[in-house]
Amino acid sequence: MSAPRGGANGRLASESATIESATIESATIESAGGALRVVGKAMPRVDAVSKVTGRTVYADDLTFPGTIHCVLLRSPHPHARIRGVDVREAAGVPGVVAVLTGAAMPTRFGVSPSSEEEQALATEKVRYVGEPVAAVAARDEATAREACKKIHVDYELLEPVTSIDQALEVPMDEPIHAASKDSNIHRLAALEFGDVEEGFAASDHVREDVFFYEGSTHLAMEEHSATATFADGQLTVWSSTQSPHNVHRALSSVLGLPMGHVRVVATPHGGGFGGKVDPCAHEIVIAKLAMTTGRPVKCTLTREEVFYNHRGRHPVLMWVRTGVTRDGRIRAMHFRTALDGGAHGSLGAATTYYTGALQPATYDLPAYRFEGCRVFTNKAPCGPKRGHGTPQPRFALELHLDKLAEDLGMDPVELRRRNYVRPNSRTVNGLRITSCAIENVTAEVLAASGYSRRRRRDGHGQGFAVSAYLCGAGSPMYLNRMPHSEVNIEVGRGGVTVLCGATDIGQGSDSVLATLVAEELGLEREDVRLVTGDTGLTPVDLGSYSSRVTFMAGNAAIEAARKMRATLVAAAAERSGAQPTEMTVAGGKIGPLSFEEAVVAAEELYGSLGSGGSYAPPPDISGSKYRGSAVGPSPAFSFSAAVVDLDADRVTGEVRVNKVWIAHDIGRALNPLLVRGQVEGGVYMGLGEALMEAQVYRNGLLHHPSVLEYKTPLSTDMPEIEHLLVEQPDPEGPYGAKEVGQGPLLPVVPAVVSAIHDALGIWVDEVPVTPEKVLRALDSRAKGGDPRTGPRAFPMIPYPPCVKVAPPDAASAAL
Amino acid sequence: MLRLRVNGESYETLAESCETLLEILRERLGLTGTKHGCELGECGACTVLLDGMPVLSCLVLPDQLEGAEVTTVEGLAEGPALHPLQEAFMALGASQCGYCTAGMLLSAKALVDEQPDPTREEIRAALAGNVCRCTGYASIVDAVAQATNTMRGAR
Amino acid sequence: MLRLPRFSYLRPASLAEAVAMLADHGGQARVIAGGTDLLPKMKRRQLQPAVLVGIGHLDALRHLETTASGAVEIGASATLTSVLKDSGLARHQPGYAQAAGVVSTPALRNTGTAGGNLCIDTRCNYYDMSEEWRIASGSCLKTGGEQCQMASSSPRCWAISSSDTAPIAVALGATAVVVGPEGERDVPIASLFRDDGNAHLALGPDEILTRLRLPAPDGSRSSYVKLRRRSSMDFPLAGAAVALKMDRGVVEGCRLVLGAVASQPVELGDLVHGLVGQRLDEEAIEEVANAASRLAKPLDNADLSYVWRKRMVKEIVAQAFRQAATSQAAAVP
Repeated sequence: MSAPRGGANGRLASESATIESATIESATIESAGGALRVVGKAMPRVDAVSKVTGRTVYADDLTFPGTIHCVLLRSPHPHARIRGVDVREAAGVPGVVAVLTGAAMPTRFGVSPSSEEEQALATEKVRYVGEPVAAVAARDEATAREACKKIHVDYELLEPVTSIDQALEVPMDEPIHAASKDSNIHRLAALEFGDVEEGFAASDHVREDVFFYEGSTHLAMEEHSATATFADGQLTVWSSTQSPHNVHRALSSVLGLPMGHVRVVATPHGGGFGGKVDPCAHEIVIAKLAMTTGRPVKCTLTREEVFYNHRGRHPVLMWVRTGVTRDGRIRAMHFRTALDGGAHGSLGAATTYYTGALQPATYDLPAYRFEGCRVFTNKAPCGPKRGHGTPQPRFALELHLDKLAEDLGMDPVELRRRNYVRPNSRTVNGLRITSCAIENVTAEVLAASGYSRRRRRDGHGQGFAVSAYLCGAGSPMYLNRMPHSEVNIEVGRGGVTVLCGATDIGQGSDSVLATLVAEELGLEREDVRLVTGDTGLTPVDLGSYSSRVTFMAGNAAIEAARKMRATLVAAAAERSGAQPTEMTVAGGKIGPLSFEEAVVAAEELYGSLGSGGSYAPPPDISGSKYRGSAVGPSPAFSFSAAVVDLDADRVTGEVRVNKVWIAHDIGRALNPLLVRGQVEGGVYMGLGEALMEAQVYRNGLLHHPSVLEYKTPLSTDMPEIEHLLVEQPDPEGPYGAKEVGQGPLLPVVPAVVSAIHDALGIWVDEVPVTPEKVLRALDSRAKGGDPRTGPRAFPMIPYPPCVKVAPPDAASAAL
Repeated sequence: MLRLRVNGESYETLAESCETLLEILRERLGLTGTKHGCELGECGACTVLLDGMPVLSCLVLPDQLEGAEVTTVEGLAEGPALHPLQEAFMALGASQCGYCTAGMLLSAKALVDEQPDPTREEIRAALAGNVCRCTGYASIVDAVAQATNTMRGAR
Repeated sequence: MLRLPRFSYLRPASLAEAVAMLADHGGQARVIAGGTDLLPKMKRRQLQPAVLVGIGHLDALRHLETTASGAVEIGASATLTSVLKDSGLARHQPGYAQAAGVVSTPALRNTGTAGGNLCIDTRCNYYDMSEEWRIASGSCLKTGGEQCQMASSSPRCWAISSSDTAPIAVALGATAVVVGPEGERDVPIASLFRDDGNAHLALGPDEILTRLRLPAPDGSRSSYVKLRRRSSMDFPLAGAAVALKMDRGVVEGCRLVLGAVASQPVELGDLVHGLVGQRLDEEAIEEVANAASRLAKPLDNADLSYVWRKRMVKEIVAQAFRQAATSQAAAVP
């Protein structure tokens, strides 16, 4: 085999260690037909020329003849009843083509079937500042925007709910959503795996901590944009979405159109990070307007509107209690979370379970209790952001373990190592762990950073943390047994065309599809034409979320390609008289024939040439079934470890990150260039959340909905990053590949705070770590108090009795 | 009637006094390679060169364009030959979602035109007004450095 | 996308014509040079002038001249980048160059002007928001409302002077040259500013700032230190400008001006008066920096907490003094 290489700035970790799972390795390679020629090579993304020349056509670059422009009128109140909407004056403004209110499409929707409480335009009440109430379509955007100001909405103001504590109380006026009755609790979860009380009783030391992780938003550089046409009974929507499938379903449901009459095309994408997973109000509104006016309708949100659309990181308050033995073995853990969900459900029910699901995927917990609670508040809806519900508990858990290690006088890395999950095991909450390089990523990052040998000087510190993440959610967002991803390959006189619903949001999923199909068919990537993210032309892919695309669409592509290869090989054998088993498929040749000759032969023999592949996760990835068991299972898990090196100024409280080392368990880097981009991008976003980013409110009004005031690290704020890839191919991943889009963010945040502790001896138990929080902890210590900034207490939450789930028996715990 | 030069070509176009260069490029001239992420001068996505200097096209009025030479991302390549910065951005994966890329390339071009051998700190400083949410800036800084190497080698 | 409101754009052939145009429109017109402050405010509908009078093209406002003695005259429309490229200015007026160099981002310094940064509108995170946001929040004193959104009982507007170059210009004893219908007048720079967030410039609606004169340093050295969250883009959370003249370690003259802690640059004259005749050792610096921090009263209408910003005034003042002292030591042969 040709060993895959690390990226430009990285290096391949211990190639000998890579072959640890030699049987898996050889099986994978053999089925691929020999040495790899495309997979594993660092190559530019397939759309790189278009992107660097400005020729990529993003959603807002697309304008059809006769397009009219839509602007949404949004609520100025966090909580109010709508008594009436008077659009007469707006409708009379010259240039206005149509004005729309929610009465035209009252059907509720939501990305998750368990939380369908949104309306494209609110009809009865508004629940956050920025919630859409009405829409104007006009000949130009400026006219539409001015006309919006002439829509008169009669509001009856209600007391807003703006904090978790307030949401747990009996509402002053009325609950945000009627279903939550005497409080604003959206979801409660209570699960117990194994006997937690027994575990605590058997522990030598028990510790409790409280942490808070502030909410943040995606701030993708591209503002959401979509255009709709309705012609000859067919609705088509082009949108900068991460999941054309989700938009497709919402459009069909709200507008009452058969799925077959709706086509959603995901345009080339200016960044998502989870912010474009939900179907959005503007997508439905323009579709309705296209249907009523017969004109193409376009809507591009302003930056401020994107902040209100949000669906970003939930603020989460966390309490964790862990019992350990003297030698650092965890006996029991109890983890509580309280999520501030904002005004709607979005994916928040899943988010709630995610705040509890992956703790056992890094540490072998013999007994684990998780209690989660999500509340509604009158703020922009939270939803999925890179890492979806897991960066918050990861932050808490890693720092909690640091503190436990300190209590025990043990090295924090050693404490973790004693509890690491093992490859080919099943966690206490039933997750199937297969490939697992957690030990390797730890070793790599420690060796590169010199963490254990770090030299102490005042204000300088290093912090270490590890994490795990999914390679795709094991269950779809709505219950069904269909594949999660499907790929069709068409071959003919027009060459090779790969059709897949997968949506390239900049992560490079198109490049992954081209790489895999080219590898399988013995071609180069440029021989493969891609049609992706188009519900009218391509078979389904659920969307670019949960780090699922490489694993799921990748496997579907391999299946489709292998079927096509078999067809071409058979035809080439028939034509040349050679045995199919003797044929090599490489270098643009199928055995003795050129690829084109083989295609001609196959077409002559079989007619039209098409093949399909599909992927659904295997059923054994989860253990027993219980409410919430759909969240957490994944066909594979990636593991990441980070060391952060920083200086923290004890006078100003300012933190300067000098360097980040990050090691990631990638399985196999299909394209190390793209992998590097995801790893470094994750580190960057993690540093932003650790030190700056905060979506915060004042009296229900977003504090700073602008690129200037929502602080994110700039080029001059970023340290150098050294990334290390550990390649131990996963038995089920495409060529052994695992995810990289989300995992590398996770350990960065706790590693920053751990490094600040290393530097100054204080704990900042909430992010973002602003300078004043550092000083507050230092001041507190100077006055003889707790050397800590962070939440003091966790609220009383009426969790239901725990659903007790038996842990896997010994036989299935070791797979 | 506004007369302006963009990427070496002369244009005459209608433009209202309140239309910014960003709107003129994208909506009047069909040059949609220039992006927008805030329209308030806060994100850098709409950076173009005005007489060789990076400016934010969302804050440039038509009057400032009389007699000026505008360079957009569409004007970086010479025919099919990409600019070394474009080559390096491709080769090092400095463009992911690609939405900041046009602005990054033009900020970088102004730097390398003036300073053929910039340090990494100088590169970071030159890009400090261009927000990127994908890359963490690392591959972008690398790409600019690599391009300057290429360009020095070609001289 | 956010777009500008409609306005008439006038392009005067001369400064005199520009003044006449402003006078003609009686407060409905505004001058525009770089536009980096004005245009975002217009897009957010904080300001909606009916007429813009362009002055950026007037050569008379773009000149930049440094004399052998180090006196500098900067045209109001000279871009911050052109100021930074002037080696004479950097040598003789290091504090001013430092301040110009930390304004916003490279691209904005290419368009933003020296005059524009001096006159930059006061900022407040209840004011520098979109029209929709301000409707949601309620109007404030600066947008014609009855109540300050930050301090509801306040009779005045507390929007913050957010110029980096204004504090150093005050510290340097600069002069602003202003032209109006009555002709030209020289204004000591400190008198250009008013302690009122809602009317922070002592300029008539038909007056134009044309030039900034920085006097010859005459042996004194200047420095400017800016407090901000990130290393680029951000407005100052506080600024410290120092002009220092020393003779063999003893202070002969000194001015200290704080930025971004009030609606105008705040000169702490009495505070540094006591330094004259003293040795500028660490103890003296610490003392003056502590006192400056005590006197500074930043409010809760900018990024990060005002408590932290007040505390940091000490650090930036001390740093500014150290820089000026070091720079003077290096400058003395």
